[in-house]
Amino acid sequence: MSLILDHVNYSYGDDTALAVHALKDVNLVIPDGQFIGLIGHTGSGKSTLVQHLNGLLKPTSGAIYYNGEDIHDKDYDKKNLRSKVGLVFQYPEHQLFEIDVFKDVCFGPKNLGLFQKETELRAYAALKQVGIEDEYFYQSPFDLSGGQKRRVAIAGVLAMKPEILVLDEPTAGLDPRGRDEILDQIAKLKEETGITVILVSHSMEDVARYVERIIVMNQGSVLYDDTPREVFQHYRELEQVGLAAPQVTYIMQALAKKGMKVDPAATTIAEAVEEILKAL
Amino acid sequence: MGIIKTDKLTFEYIRRDEEGNVEGITRAVDEVDLDVKQGDFIAILGHNGSGKSTLAKHINAILYPTEGTVWVDGMDTQDENHLWDIRSEAGMVFQNPDNQIIGQVVEEDVGFGPENMGVPTKEIWERVEESLKAVGMYEYRKHSPNKLSGGQKQRVSIAGVIAMHPKCIILDEPTAMLDPNGRKEVIRAVRALNDVEGITVVLITHYMEEIIHADMVYVMDKGRIAMEGTPREIFSRVEELQDLRLDVPQVTLLAYELKQRGVNLPDGILTIEELVAALSGLKGA
Amino acid sequence: MIRDITLGQYYQTESVIHKLDPRVKLVATIGFIISLFVVDSWVGYVVAAAFLAIMIQLSKVPFRFMVKGMKAIVMILMITVVFNLFLTPGEPLVTFWKLTITKEGLRIAVMMAVRLAFLIVGSSLMTLTTTPNSLTDGMEKLMGPLKYVKVPVHEVAMMMSIALRFIPILLEETDKIMKAQIARGADFESGNLIKKAKAMVPLLVPLFISAFRRANDLAMAMEARCYRGGEHRTKMKPLQYHAADRIAYLILLLYFASCVAVRIWL
Repeated sequence: MSLILDHVNYSYGDDTALAVHALKDVNLVIPDGQFIGLIGHTGSGKSTLVQHLNGLLKPTSGAIYYNGEDIHDKDYDKKNLRSKVGLVFQYPEHQLFEIDVFKDVCFGPKNLGLFQKETELRAYAALKQVGIEDEYFYQSPFDLSGGQKRRVAIAGVLAMKPEILVLDEPTAGLDPRGRDEILDQIAKLKEETGITVILVSHSMEDVARYVERIIVMNQGSVLYDDTPREVFQHYRELEQVGLAAPQVTYIMQALAKKGMKVDPAATTIAEAVEEILKAL
Repeated sequence: MGIIKTDKLTFEYIRRDEEGNVEGITRAVDEVDLDVKQGDFIAILGHNGSGKSTLAKHINAILYPTEGTVWVDGMDTQDENHLWDIRSEAGMVFQNPDNQIIGQVVEEDVGFGPENMGVPTKEIWERVEESLKAVGMYEYRKHSPNKLSGGQKQRVSIAGVIAMHPKCIILDEPTAMLDPNGRKEVIRAVRALNDVEGITVVLITHYMEEIIHADMVYVMDKGRIAMEGTPREIFSRVEELQDLRLDVPQVTLLAYELKQRGVNLPDGILTIEELVAALSGLKGA
Repeated sequence: MIRDITLGQYYQTESVIHKLDPRVKLVATIGFIISLFVVDSWVGYVVAAAFLAIMIQLSKVPFRFMVKGMKAIVMILMITVVFNLFLTPGEPLVTFWKLTITKEGLRIAVMMAVRLAFLIVGSSLMTLTTTPNSLTDGMEKLMGPLKYVKVPVHEVAMMMSIALRFIPILLEETDKIMKAQIARGADFESGNLIKKAKAMVPLLVPLFISAFRRANDLAMAMEARCYRGGEHRTKMKPLQYHAADRIAYLILLLYFASCVAVRIWL
């Protein structure tokens, strides 16, 4: 069970002179159960890449295989794919439309043609997974707070029981509290269900705390694809492409340069504290 | 009296249910006293719903206090005769870059404020040019705003406010919808305004790294001012900040954690250089 | 994709026509349309065609862009031609089954087709050479006198320019919401008309909510920048006639006079 991108290219604008190569020869293997961070600045191609994962965009050349099957085969069931690869767009609360929270979350499973009973069970489970209490179920989604709306929108995708959950900048526009709540909720979900999670972000600090693998995109190509420790070692190169490693990386690098015996590759505060205490 | 002064500013709004019956009264801003000196850079922090945006809208006379008073440059915002003077002296930049640009060409948008104020045509052009140059967007003057990045759009919005020649500028979470590069661009432009042009800045944000250079920081919670002080004073109160669920920059947090573990470090470390210097000092000793 | 639809269809290039004051182009377009109904002889159409051809030449806009506008009205054109062709009484030319083409019918059908085609090409020429922005400005200025009979000219012009600014934003938003709903298994394509209309709900509700939110934000931003209607307002780019505009008016007048002359004497 895995998602494979094989030499995927994507360009738009048919006129040859004006064509924009949004993706250039992207090769990726996304195995089951990984927690992946997809990083890149605006216009690096990360959002385009994400829309390829569930077949919303079709590669200009190259192929995408889900569980060994080419998703752009003529008789491939795209609707089924979209339920297996759940995509949560940026500002997902902008897609809410039903009269109450529960009905909105039912929209996805209902589209899959499930029985009402199953639909409702799934909606209930999904709302619980994102930490929405029963008292909100029959409220209008538009009366909720920003963070709650977003969690309801995420539940709307979770109710389709995806095997891969892709979240495009799920914390954009939220305050630190809302951001932490969402990220903690996702991490918990990952732990409980073993689902594959791809977290698209431009914040290294956010991602470093949670993920086990980081894919860095730049100008439509994959720049790095490795563990956070390894990726952040390239902090100078990251800066050149408009990204930055977490502050901790810079502190540890600076300390190491000053002759302190610390591991310059520490990526979290907890690691850094231990390293510095050891060195002192 | 400073350029902006509030005295026991309170703002309440009535919540109604679907039938229009009163459900209750929410106090969004609760007896806030502010006094901002001309030329200062002040930052207001707080999470969503803390009342910081409501407070900001009072300075531009978009909202009026339920109780208490707001003065901008000595003018009471409730005095209707001064409404347009207040709005041109206290410019406002909002969160969503798309929803505050009116013109279809960058330069026309920047000219919108002066047009409304009845500035003569020739002077509008001079103001547009200097404002766009001040935010580094002059070369984009003929572009359509739709083709710009978020950071660039916000800089255009800032130029649109500067063109009105305000004495102070209030920015209501101008970077919340931007990526890190856009955020840096905007903050750089805002700091330049304050340093070079001497315009008073009120920056409302929830990003800690944006307030390091502020002269004064106010932290709001539940409509009240919960903390106030210089950035260094604020950042030395890590636990309180964490209680308010606000971010603390990683350097400050690391220094705090080390202190908790018995390392002898000064309070309120703000930059990497400070921390590295302090730590290597310890090591040397 | 929805994003690809171009609106206003302005064609960027440097030409005499592009540089003209929008008021001249508006008046000229209206004048040209009236002239099409003034002339009623082949000579008249030749004069109109010549005038149009020269203007197209001067505008430096490739002819294929003019024809693009025609595609939209091909159906209307066909229906007009067919109705006129078969339903005009007069001297029969050809008869098959119950349908008769008359000499008068043929004449009127061809004339109508030519009129419509010229009309479309003529107005496309205006939109292709004038930015939506200056078109709005031109209209505001031309309709200025209507203010005195309580027509909110400034407000209408402001609404038009705001609409033009937000159309691309809302189109992009439509595209985004549509994709988000497709990702939730929505189907916007299959099914009969009723099913399709129902499928639009998840798209339209969020779109309306977003439009209202934007309108609200924008109103606040405009007020914060001292906007209080058209009174006391100065213009950054006031419209001013130049020599070229006066010459253009003269040429227009000459053209119109010759159309009237053709009508009277030929």
